[in-house]
Amino acid sequence: MSMSQWAQGLGFFTVLCPAALMLLLGFMLLIHRPLSELVLGRWLKASVGVSLICALAVLGIMLATGSRREFVDMGDMVAIDDVHFHFRMKFVFDRLSVPMVILSLVLCGTVGSFGLSYLHRDAGFQRFFMCFAMFLAGMTFASLAGTIETLFLGWELVGLSSALLVAYFHERTAPVANGLRVWAVYRLADAAFLAAAIALHHQTGGGDFSILMGEEPWPAGTASLSSGTALLVGTFLLIAAAGKSGLVPFSGWLPRAMEGPTPSSAIFYGALSVHLGAFLLLRVSPILHQSTLLCSMVVALGLISATFAALAGRVQTDIKSALAFASLTQVSIIVVEIGLGFLYLALIHLIGHACMRSLQLLRAPTLLRDYKTMENAIGESLDHGSPRIIAWLAPSMQRRLYRTAMERGYMDSILDDSVVKPFLRLFSTFDRWERIWTRWLSGLNKNPNSTHSD
Amino acid sequence: MNELHLPWLELCILVPAVSSLWVGRIPDAAQARSAGLAVAGATLFLALAGWIDFESLFSFEAHDHWDVVKSLLGRDEFVIDKLNAPLLPLTALLFFLTMLATPRVKLGKYSFALALLSLSSTLAVLSCKETWLLIALVGVNAIPMYADLRTRKKPTRVFLFHIGLSLVLMVLGAVCYQWSTSDLGRGAGIAMLVAAVLIRSGCAPLHCWISDLFEHAAFGSALLFITPLVGAYATMRLILPIAPDWALRSIAIVSLATAFYASCMAIVQVDSRRFFCFLFLSHSALVLVGLETATPIGLTGALYIWFSVALSLTGLGLTLRCVEARTGPLALNRYHGMYSHMPHLAGSFLMTGLSAIGFPCTIGFTGTELLVEAALDISPWVGGVVVVSTALNSIAILRAYFRIFTGKTHQSTIELGSVRSERIAILTFAFLLIGVGLWPQPGVHSRYDAAVELLGHRDITEIVVPPEGAATH
Repeated sequence: MSMSQWAQGLGFFTVLCPAALMLLLGFMLLIHRPLSELVLGRWLKASVGVSLICALAVLGIMLATGSRREFVDMGDMVAIDDVHFHFRMKFVFDRLSVPMVILSLVLCGTVGSFGLSYLHRDAGFQRFFMCFAMFLAGMTFASLAGTIETLFLGWELVGLSSALLVAYFHERTAPVANGLRVWAVYRLADAAFLAAAIALHHQTGGGDFSILMGEEPWPAGTASLSSGTALLVGTFLLIAAAGKSGLVPFSGWLPRAMEGPTPSSAIFYGALSVHLGAFLLLRVSPILHQSTLLCSMVVALGLISATFAALAGRVQTDIKSALAFASLTQVSIIVVEIGLGFLYLALIHLIGHACMRSLQLLRAPTLLRDYKTMENAIGESLDHGSPRIIAWLAPSMQRRLYRTAMERGYMDSILDDSVVKPFLRLFSTFDRWERIWTRWLSGLNKNPNSTHSD
Repeated sequence: MNELHLPWLELCILVPAVSSLWVGRIPDAAQARSAGLAVAGATLFLALAGWIDFESLFSFEAHDHWDVVKSLLGRDEFVIDKLNAPLLPLTALLFFLTMLATPRVKLGKYSFALALLSLSSTLAVLSCKETWLLIALVGVNAIPMYADLRTRKKPTRVFLFHIGLSLVLMVLGAVCYQWSTSDLGRGAGIAMLVAAVLIRSGCAPLHCWISDLFEHAAFGSALLFITPLVGAYATMRLILPIAPDWALRSIAIVSLATAFYASCMAIVQVDSRRFFCFLFLSHSALVLVGLETATPIGLTGALYIWFSVALSLTGLGLTLRCVEARTGPLALNRYHGMYSHMPHLAGSFLMTGLSAIGFPCTIGFTGTELLVEAALDISPWVGGVVVVSTALNSIAILRAYFRIFTGKTHQSTIELGSVRSERIAILTFAFLLIGVGLWPQPGVHSRYDAAVELLGHRDITEIVVPPEGAATH
């Protein structure tokens, strides 16, 4: 058995373990036989552990053999040969996916262990870990995806688990409303992703990255698309990435997402989920660099988002929101780095930032105690001053800026006033007209409330 | 034409029809339910056996052994082919699971005899290819539904008006097409047939009969009347073989508009049944969108989505029905917080809903991919509208989930959890939705074969050019 075959076998188990965990937990919940906390914890640790060991072993083999890319090809999920339609499940281990999957597994393992204690005897324990397993599987699929369809699969799993965990404390209305908000933004981003995926599929007859981005391993590939097509597809992908990473104008959901329990906030919005948009841009960087205009758009979006997040983050009054905007600032800078072509720098920045932010979010519940410890250690209060550039502004401008930052750029209210409310008003009117028409046609009067049968 | 080894089709149709007379005479509701379930189970077995028998023949089309109808009418009126072979067991399964998941509290109000009659007529429609008999059977198929409304003393005018109009247009269209000697007459015939199937499928703006039906009829009866997608079947049989491009485009444009409009309407609904109705309309319209492409891949997507819509939305409808049986009508403008009482039903709601919108690893995913791929061939806008409609539907589903199951903790002094029969139905749906989603190739292969054969039977050489002003791209 060659080293390459070993790598493929190990790679297969890297993907299989999180998927098996998700299916197991889902099945047990479905048949009304949830696992006990102890057993669930063991399965979680075993799954993450085996997957991580396999991923590290693949990395070791790749380093030992000098291989820069290994494929795990699961074959066609759907194939219609006559019309050249293929839906391939394929995973790739390369310089981008291996660090990302190891990062995902390390952080999921850490936060999973933390969550086992944090949510001990919580009513939603099973629900949390079901979503967590879905997230883990989604991150593994997305990180290792060798085709755009596989990436989309992982992307969707991450999205659903995120929205459900934002609404984790679902006996209150605010987390639920925020969960729906996150879901709505994600779905619009997903629609853009799907459009891009289908467009790529349409252009090349398949979504295999090794065909789309050239035979050279990441980041050296060259996209086999014209500049115009790259601009169209890249724009869709940029919208998808902006939605997933909370870049402007989709930033409104990020602080709302902090309604979830601390472990999910840490892993989703501090560490992994929020970086998935940047990861997507890294994965499709050969497409981005086919068009200068597209790269400029990426840089501009990153800069605008970074500026906005830096300002909004400074005026937040709760630690999780402040950390969310701090995350967004760094993610935006990573996006700028991608747009400028510093791909390795962006990858290193992503990994470092994810680890640091996870730690910060996990420590968030003990922030006051940590501050006290630090202040005791240095013997004075910590500096909370504003940056000097703010002091140069006129007081009225400072106030306006403060207000704008406090209202998070009015993005939510602009979106509500210009899109959501008119939409609801318009279709509610149609609904009313339909009811009147149906009642008239059926010979009933117009006013009675609807009466259900059965 | 090849022959099946036994008269499976006729048995499928006759067994529930004859048994309905017996079940209707059983006074005790629980006994009627058991009898109805046994008959529906037997029908499911017969339909499955017919499918297996057909597959063993490796043929595109086959008819019954000892074909009584043929001996009476001289023609093969009931046939099984690649299009309807899996649809028959699917329909029988939907009826069986609906009966199985009928809560005890509804036994007195739900007529199992009418349900069996409806099963029989639906299977007859889905087994029929011949134009006139098919039109007649589509009419007969509405009778149990009408009887249900009459039994409940509910208004029937909206239902009668739309179904009647659809039938009249079908008859006139078929007459014009078959007996007209001029090109204009045949074109008018096709236009009337198109209008008829669009009404029967619930396409906007003549879709109100479906929302009216859900408001007034028994949820289970309404569900089983619409989820087998008889309108789409009529389109495949009556329109697709003869329709020129302009007719298919007209269907697709109206369906596309319906898909988008209904997905928007689903988001603003404050009534759970109307929410379900618009969700269904949006998804069923996508089946017709696939027709426009008239390409193997588009048609494969449409036929695959047919399965996905029937299974997912019946599952979703049944879940909603089970919740309503415990709570009464559900308003979606406030939170109900039912999760703690019925986590099983909450999971089922989410799973079936996500499957309907084409979430990865579920049955709907592959169909949506195929459909969008084919839609892009026609125009990026068509693909875009399909994608946006799906996104809006997914928002509507999660909104409804949150409103029904979360937002507060519902206080109840009695047990509201799902019972064993409901859990069996849910598990069956879960197995099919996720199992087929994880292993879609056999289904896609079967639907592709059906699509190729259907397109092979398209004969539009004699069809005239579209009349002036007909829908064009």
